[in-house]
Amino acid sequence: MKLSHAIIEKNVLLLAVLSLITVSIGGLVQIVPLFTIETTIERVEGMRPYTPLELAGRNIYIREGCYTCHSQQVRTFRDEVERYGHYSLAAESMYDHPFQWGSKRTGPDLARVGGKYSNDWHVAHMINPRALVPESIMPGYPFLARKALRFDDMGAHLKANRAVGVPYTDEQIEQAVLDVRLQAGALPDGDTEALLARYPKAVLGDFDGDPNFVSEMDALVAYLQVLGTLVDFSNLNPEDLKQ
Amino acid sequence: MSIALTGEQSHATAGPVVQEAYYEDVVRAFIIAAMFWGVAAFLVGVVIALQLAFPVLNLDLEWTTFGRLRPLHTSAAIFAFGGSALIGSSLYVVQRTCRAPLFGGPELAWFVFFGYQLFIVLAATGYLLGITQGKEYAEPEWYVDLWLTIVWVVYLVVFAGTLFKRREPHIYVANWFYLAFIITIAMLHIVNNLTVPVSFVGTKSYVAWAGVQDAMIQWWYGHNAVGFFLTAGFLGMMYYFIPKRAGRPIYSYRLSIVHFWALIFLYIWAGPHHLHYTALPDWTQTLGMVFSVILWMPSWGGMINGIMTLSGAWDKLRTDPGLRFSVTAVAFYGMSTFEGPVMSIKAVNALSHYTDWTIGHVHSGALGWVAFISFGMIYYLVPVLWRKKEVWSQALIEWHYWIATLGIVLYITAMWVSGIMQGLMWRAYDEFGFLQYSFVETVAAMHPYYVIRALGGVLFLTGALIMVYNLYRTVKSGVPEQAALPAAAAAAE
Repeated sequence: MKLSHAIIEKNVLLLAVLSLITVSIGGLVQIVPLFTIETTIERVEGMRPYTPLELAGRNIYIREGCYTCHSQQVRTFRDEVERYGHYSLAAESMYDHPFQWGSKRTGPDLARVGGKYSNDWHVAHMINPRALVPESIMPGYPFLARKALRFDDMGAHLKANRAVGVPYTDEQIEQAVLDVRLQAGALPDGDTEALLARYPKAVLGDFDGDPNFVSEMDALVAYLQVLGTLVDFSNLNPEDLKQ
Repeated sequence: MSIALTGEQSHATAGPVVQEAYYEDVVRAFIIAAMFWGVAAFLVGVVIALQLAFPVLNLDLEWTTFGRLRPLHTSAAIFAFGGSALIGSSLYVVQRTCRAPLFGGPELAWFVFFGYQLFIVLAATGYLLGITQGKEYAEPEWYVDLWLTIVWVVYLVVFAGTLFKRREPHIYVANWFYLAFIITIAMLHIVNNLTVPVSFVGTKSYVAWAGVQDAMIQWWYGHNAVGFFLTAGFLGMMYYFIPKRAGRPIYSYRLSIVHFWALIFLYIWAGPHHLHYTALPDWTQTLGMVFSVILWMPSWGGMINGIMTLSGAWDKLRTDPGLRFSVTAVAFYGMSTFEGPVMSIKAVNALSHYTDWTIGHVHSGALGWVAFISFGMIYYLVPVLWRKKEVWSQALIEWHYWIATLGIVLYITAMWVSGIMQGLMWRAYDEFGFLQYSFVETVAAMHPYYVIRALGGVLFLTGALIMVYNLYRTVKSGVPEQAALPAAAAAAE
């Protein structure tokens, strides 16, 4: 044994190459099949890419490090399903670059928070969490309501997403800036039908109560309100969920 | 069977070998950087621990909330403190055990130093400004990732180049671990951080992977940041500094071979245990669990090899507090690498995942293993590098040791209790079959443990400040080294 290993100990290149091969195997076995096995992502109805406003809100969620305290992944346990809703599917994060499943629940899971609270609740809670939940230890985010959302480059964001595989259409990319205004209620006479055709189930509204000002708060609440609401669980065949 | 401790010892009497000077300035710079970043990381850790206990400390400002400071803490601890300690010690060890100065000369070595420090500053300032990829332990955005890739390749060139021009027939075992650490981190970093920038003049990018595949790749990266950055690299440190300080050869040469190959083969499989009961397919979760449990064996093999090196020198634990840091580190390593496999078992993970138990586990590894083995290394290296007889005050090392140990014990016991309690509260049902606790009731129950944890952090930080003071006095006013210099040290003058 010593004799054979001495060869490796005396050759830097051999040691480096053998090490690289040794550390490559596990990753190849676990990662590559996730791209090739078709049932890895369940076939369900309803998933669509984020609207530009939701995507901008998601970027704020990432920017503020919400994932350091909130998961977005309901596990397959009775208590979690009763507390949060149907367990999370792989399909539900298929357009998430990056995923935000999280690893810690200092606060509750948010995978299905969409529609659970009103827009007003979210805005008040974000400005001062302890005004609504006295025991909460969440930081306040009052600055989100004051900061104007930057959305003049949302077309470029959609394009970058398309480059990594999210199926945004040319029309969606062209209309990205307009769609932000439409969804946030900044265009009272706008064609919201067209927005809903591009993004079914999009929640419309002036989220933060100021229609003339598209704030970061508008975007974040729009994102929270869509979480976990896209897949239609009412007519789902359990067989389709087998991975 | 034992291997020669270090190159320079076995050849110190080998006759008229012409020795070039070792480059030690850059090692000194890395050691100072490690201490600076260590204190910074512990300080930010205390701040965010207090934020969880007293949320008013978030100040409700953009730049000071937990969500932005937490990546600052983890990156400062892992990459700034741990990274500086690893790169610095590896550049010291590789020269001594190869009896060769660094490949590429001081220029390349200084590029690695300043390049790496620039990476830290770019990453840290980005977090405060909200520039992040949102992937744990891989938060830096695309331009910082690119810069780190360049620095890392130069580091590999310096390290491997020095191995190539070694004057020792064998590559010493510490260098196997350092080399595997450098190569594997490069692989993980590149794959996990493949992104498409929105614009080449902007900071935002979208990662190439999505959803379930991104989750798998992220934890393949994330768990092996633990496995290769925080384990393999620091094992390299263990394999040089413990035998050196104890004056004993490594316990078993054969065990170090088995330890090395088994550890690097098995670690890479363990990632999916971060994703139990999620939307990751079952087969991947099961593979992750099985390999995590098997990983217990090589981990303890390494622990045995480190601790048993003290055979015949156990008395030094009483008289040498610096060595005691290193050996206690290996004991914490043994504890963490037992706790880890236990937590990777799905039935246990169902309870522990998403709770503070994970945080406690990470810190028994980060404080007990990574920081303690680094402290042992630093207490050994500072007198050597600054040509002093010994550290200024042995008593202050004792104080550091006991204060820091008490801090760790407070930290991890508080997190065990709060983690297990929270896990049990989440799944508790009342007599009518309803969930017994609302989520926020479990948050309120955590408060006393968050205070105890913060206190543990304050103690650990205090210990580190004592170390900095002690080593400052060592450099400023320590007793100079005696005339009987080791040959290599003399050559380095």
